[in-house]
Amino acid sequence: MSFLIPCPNCGNRSVYEFRFGGEVQAPPTSAAPPGDWQKHRFNRVNAAGVQAEWWFHRSGCRQWMQAVRNTVSNEVLESFLPGDKQE
Amino acid sequence: MQLFSKNRMWRQHELRSSYDVVIVGAGVHGLAAAYYLGKKHGVRKVALLDKSYLGAGASGRNTAILRSNYRTPEGIPFYDASLKLYEGLSRELDWNLLFSQCGHLTLAHSDSSVTGLRVRAENNQLLGVNSRIIGREEIGNLVPSLNLSESTRYPILAALYHPPGGIIRHDAVVWGLARACDRMGIEIHAFTEVTSIIVENHRAVQVITNRGRVAAGAVLNATAGWATTISRMAGVPLPIVTHPLQACVTEPLKPFLDTVIVSATLHVYLSQTDKGELVIGAEIDPYQSYSMKSTLPTLEQMATYTLELFPQLHGMRILRQWAGICDMTPDFAPIIGTSQEVSNFYMDVGWGTYGFKAAPISGKCIAELIATGKPPGLIQPFSPARFETGNLVGEKAAAAVSH
Repeated sequence: MSFLIPCPNCGNRSVYEFRFGGEVQAPPTSAAPPGDWQKHRFNRVNAAGVQAEWWFHRSGCRQWMQAVRNTVSNEVLESFLPGDKQE
Repeated sequence: MQLFSKNRMWRQHELRSSYDVVIVGAGVHGLAAAYYLGKKHGVRKVALLDKSYLGAGASGRNTAILRSNYRTPEGIPFYDASLKLYEGLSRELDWNLLFSQCGHLTLAHSDSSVTGLRVRAENNQLLGVNSRIIGREEIGNLVPSLNLSESTRYPILAALYHPPGGIIRHDAVVWGLARACDRMGIEIHAFTEVTSIIVENHRAVQVITNRGRVAAGAVLNATAGWATTISRMAGVPLPIVTHPLQACVTEPLKPFLDTVIVSATLHVYLSQTDKGELVIGAEIDPYQSYSMKSTLPTLEQMATYTLELFPQLHGMRILRQWAGICDMTPDFAPIIGTSQEVSNFYMDVGWGTYGFKAAPISGKCIAELIATGKPPGLIQPFSPARFETGNLVGEKAAAAVSH
């Protein structure tokens, strides 16, 4: 097993139960020019370090959640359901 | 001691204060770019910087498979030009790269994958690449050890046969190119990590490393795995997400397999080396990471799928398992060209899981771009600007698992 993700509903579960949903990004405003939306669609920070990201507990509670993970060590620092935590 | 130091394949140097071209990443892509800059364009005041030893990254971690049976009219001529350069590279470098054009089989286990392979075969033939669909009987003749039973979960229906494909000694490619670069006076600086890039007036003017700073006429990002990190230093964003890719090697066996076997349905590809070991590769890990630790689920997956194809290997032991990290782009095609934000910052990145086979042609084209300012036609479809214009190169069907 490579690493565990603490699911807010199910507790520590294997990463292979989850679907990775990519880094958390703020979308441009609706008034933003199309170029900004293109950048939002494709460009990624792809951080080598701690980042917030989306995960879907596919083989568990089937909820989308966010986790804060170090992408170099794969250590998950925290996880929470969207809306449970104010950014 | 004298005997050994005299015969070094490349020398060590002090870092100079300035170079015409600074190449970040001394893997096959960086080395090929330096080689063609020196050989074709006479640009020899070039420094290759690598944060580790030569071949520590993807150049030494790939499964050494070469092929050109891609899917798109942009991809096929590009990879085919690369294969042709590889065919002449041993002679050119005067260094045996152990290139074995043993043939490459991509298996289809469903009607839809047969359709996909047929599209590739037709496109390949139109563009002059030796590639065709073969049926079960011919597959059995080529690979008698393959399990062609119809009672497996995913019976083999057909295959895309690509005779010029094969395997090469990947470390030898790194060493041969490094020696050729060194002989032209190009400097290779291993264990030299780039920490930042100074940009003034939309030009990259200085590269700062752990061994000091160097001024640069042009900077090429030729890293794999760290492409986003290096480009971000120059303020250039990239549409890349980095995923690990794992492979393993078994104990040696008598020679029984003389073609490369790929199955996209089973997410596995394998070949037998000259030493007799089986080299087995997996699909990318299903999550973004910079970790190069191998994992048990992927090993289980590689073993399971290998046994679907070759059940007789059930007693084989694994010698090693490892991971490399891959810069995945949205369209499974690379990003080659000048950055839009910084006029002398060039990129040969986004090589996902298919960079090794494309190194010679990428190096040749990017060298021409750096030396002349004009991108050769072969790399124009892969320009960084394609994500703004929406002209993506959909190579996923031929590049995702099938190496």
